[in-house]
Amino acid sequence: MIPRLAVPLRVLSRALSLLAAIGLAAMIATATAARAGSFADAVALFAAGSFSDSADAVSQIETSGNPLALPIVNALHDGRLYADEASKTVVIKQPDGKVINAATGAPAAMPADAGVVRLNNKLRRRIAAALGSLTLLAADPETRIQAARAVYKSHDAAALPLVEAALRKETNAAAKNALGDARAAILLFKPDAAEADKLDAIATIGARGDQEALALLSSIPGNLSPAAAKSAQSAMQAIKSRLALWSMVQDAWYGLSLGSVLLLAAIGLAITFGVMGVINMAHGEMVMIGAYTTFVVQDIIRARYPAMFDYSLLIALPLAFLVAGLIGILIERSVIRFLYGRPLETLLATWGLSLILQQAVRTAFGPNNREVGNPSWMSGAFDLGHISITYNRLWILCFALATFAVLLAVLRFTRFGLEMRAVTQNRRMAAAMGIATSRVDALTFGLGSGIAGIAGVALSQIDNVSPNLGQSYIIDSFMVVVFGGVGNLWGTLVGAFSLGIANKFLEPFAGAVLGKIAILVLIILFIQKRPRGLFALKGRAVEA
Amino acid sequence: MTFPTKSLLSAPLSRRGWLAAAAGLCLGLSTFAPARAADDTIKIGILHSLSGTMAISETTLKDAMLMLIDEQNKKGGVLGKKLEAVVVDPASNWPLFAEKARELITKDKVSVVFGCWTSVSRKSVLPVFKELDSILFYPVQYEGEESERNVFYTGAAPNQQAIPAVDYLMNESGVERWVLAGTDYVYPRTTNKILEAYLKSKGVPAGDIMVNYTPFGFSDWQTEVSKIKTFGSAGKKTAVVSTINGDANVPFYKELGNQGIKATDIPVVAFSVGEEELAGLDTKPLVGHLAAWNYFESINTPANKAFIKAWHAFTKNPKRTTNDPMEAHYIGFNMWVKAVEKAKSFDPDKVIAALPGIKQANLTGGVSEMLPNHHITKPVFIGEIQADGQFNVVSPDDPKKARLVPGDAWSDYLPGSKDLESDWVKLKCGNYNKVTKKCGGQAS
Repeated sequence: MIPRLAVPLRVLSRALSLLAAIGLAAMIATATAARAGSFADAVALFAAGSFSDSADAVSQIETSGNPLALPIVNALHDGRLYADEASKTVVIKQPDGKVINAATGAPAAMPADAGVVRLNNKLRRRIAAALGSLTLLAADPETRIQAARAVYKSHDAAALPLVEAALRKETNAAAKNALGDARAAILLFKPDAAEADKLDAIATIGARGDQEALALLSSIPGNLSPAAAKSAQSAMQAIKSRLALWSMVQDAWYGLSLGSVLLLAAIGLAITFGVMGVINMAHGEMVMIGAYTTFVVQDIIRARYPAMFDYSLLIALPLAFLVAGLIGILIERSVIRFLYGRPLETLLATWGLSLILQQAVRTAFGPNNREVGNPSWMSGAFDLGHISITYNRLWILCFALATFAVLLAVLRFTRFGLEMRAVTQNRRMAAAMGIATSRVDALTFGLGSGIAGIAGVALSQIDNVSPNLGQSYIIDSFMVVVFGGVGNLWGTLVGAFSLGIANKFLEPFAGAVLGKIAILVLIILFIQKRPRGLFALKGRAVEA
Repeated sequence: MTFPTKSLLSAPLSRRGWLAAAAGLCLGLSTFAPARAADDTIKIGILHSLSGTMAISETTLKDAMLMLIDEQNKKGGVLGKKLEAVVVDPASNWPLFAEKARELITKDKVSVVFGCWTSVSRKSVLPVFKELDSILFYPVQYEGEESERNVFYTGAAPNQQAIPAVDYLMNESGVERWVLAGTDYVYPRTTNKILEAYLKSKGVPAGDIMVNYTPFGFSDWQTEVSKIKTFGSAGKKTAVVSTINGDANVPFYKELGNQGIKATDIPVVAFSVGEEELAGLDTKPLVGHLAAWNYFESINTPANKAFIKAWHAFTKNPKRTTNDPMEAHYIGFNMWVKAVEKAKSFDPDKVIAALPGIKQANLTGGVSEMLPNHHITKPVFIGEIQADGQFNVVSPDDPKKARLVPGDAWSDYLPGSKDLESDWVKLKCGNYNKVTKKCGGQAS
């Protein structure tokens, strides 16, 4: 019995081992097949239509090592990845307009029902992280730095080997620095990182000293050792106290920037109200007209000469001056010259004019906001130390100071300026000396209005271009001129900047609403003490 | 088709008026079928500001109403009578709203009024509508805490806009820290009060909520935005819930873009920013910021496509955007038409009684219903701003299958208000207190 049994057993065992071998081979085969297929499957997930499927697809593609991974994620980021839900085909539309199949890279035709793969914020964050780890070894150092920053933000533990590999190869100092930060951020969040690594990481992040570092340090999960927790605490303290100092600098900058806006808004009024004594409630509408001139100029440039867009503001400046100035002269000739010496009537008449101008613009351009674009040199921000300075605010500050200087020069060094000063100081004497006073009046009002117009060009960059634009500046403008001292340009300058800075230092404590109220109260108290403002004009003409 | 001029139809006709009427009659006879006597038309009041600060938002609604009335007339009017629009301009002046409302009801004898945008204008006309017993359709999202017999609220109550938006951020983006930023007036203050109570009920500590108000038309956002940036760097995912209104939005978003706050870092979800507001803005830096509405122009349904096409044809401008309050008027107007047909009368009392229960398909694929509390059921959408100034709906996944949320007049999250109930059908009361079982309760 036994030998007879032994034979089949041996056969059986041989057969079994054969089977096992076949099975193993089959498993290996299917595994490779699955790996080859998985990239296509991952890509096909984009066609499933839900955000979580797309996020899965990004994660799988990121780690696939497939050369198409980067083009796919890039296309997804730029909105060039199209998917057709029915046929599960996903295609990339290259920047040059060619279409390729995302799974194979072969040229393809755009499926008829394909739609752009939709993004939401969660997916955008996932894409940024994936782009980061995919471009860590890119040829361009700037791309590598961006990649390192993306990894720093996502601090995904899976990217650690990649970051370390990149760090070993890196030669560019800035990129090396960014990679070091990224590595530190990953180690901070890696639960099983060595104690010494964590302490190093805290020191590295702490040395950055910015808000992002603070955010990162305060979001470390709570499983730190006492020593690491303590050093994280002290690093955070150090950053906080440094940032508190910088926030003072930041407030001062905001104050200067607000001051420059106030100066721009008020400087035209400093002429019409300050020098001529006309209570000009339509001043804000001149600013608005300047802003609408900018809109019209940009509209024409957009339609006809799109390449010139960056120069649109430079073209708009003289035009806004002319348009607002001419309207100002028209107003002076038709209304205001009959009302000299009657402040109440002037106030009511110019108020009425402001309503007429507003409604005229509303009828002509519609009640909606008009889009005035920022030229490229006025967009974005740069970092100075730990504060960020936006380009548009910086340019407006420069522009306000330049306008002020030019105006001062006109008054000081030109014949028109001389005549203007003569007429405001002593009208009769000026007339006796052969100055055509009424012509000078008209031109002076035109100058004030024209300057309000160019202020509108600048303000169109930071505010709404709507018929109500002027109204929001009229109170502030009068406030600045009265505070600075009526009739004194330097007073307007100092007044604008001191009000701007005071406002911005009050705002963080008091809030925007209370801050504004506090400023108004301060001005009322100040005017009680010094009714003529900061720099009162002295002389016979004023006393008279 | 043009609208008969007002002078033609005002009751006592002058001699010139008679001449004009005769001329109009001849014209009517020669071109159209049977001419109608002047008093055979039904007047509809449109009470939207066409000048002043609110003109930016309200002018569009006036145009939308004119289009709806025009279309209804092409279908033969209502109960065999043509409709006629009476447009007045309350000029963004709140007391003038009450005056103009009185004028519409007593002098022009309108059957129904569509109008108001700001809550303060609505509050100012309420006594007029109560006293003269007429009907107002109010199309804008508002703070709730109100239910009047004469008013039908076709815009969103807080539970149809604010709370779902916060839920979305909490669940989808894992937001733990909240900035509630608003313009300083009644709608943001009440909405933020409700949201604060809601967040606290969800276990958000007080230190993770920052409430911040700015004046109307605020334009210098540097400090505020950097405050938000600092608040957002505490290591927890932060979002801004914005009830910032009107003109202040453009400089706010510009400053966000300039200071480099991206939607992936600190998303802003807004309740007052729609297609119309974005039209004045370069939206590229804003891609990914959110808005919560009950309608988006980008939702792809046949009804919406037809509506947009009609709107472009009516305004002769292929770029005019449509928005949420316009859809609210669309729903409200059609509900009114159906209620009149159901009541077989234009009498306000009969129409008010007929309105609850009326169903009207909205433009996004659902069917809205007028509830006994004079609010309607609405779908809630969360949309992300796209580079082209339109919104991409990110929640729900399929906008056409959105769940309809019934409007709740009295918030469940405010003390005092949560005991109140509004039911004009059974209880005949807008503020019935469930605890004391009395009508006339007050919200604190």
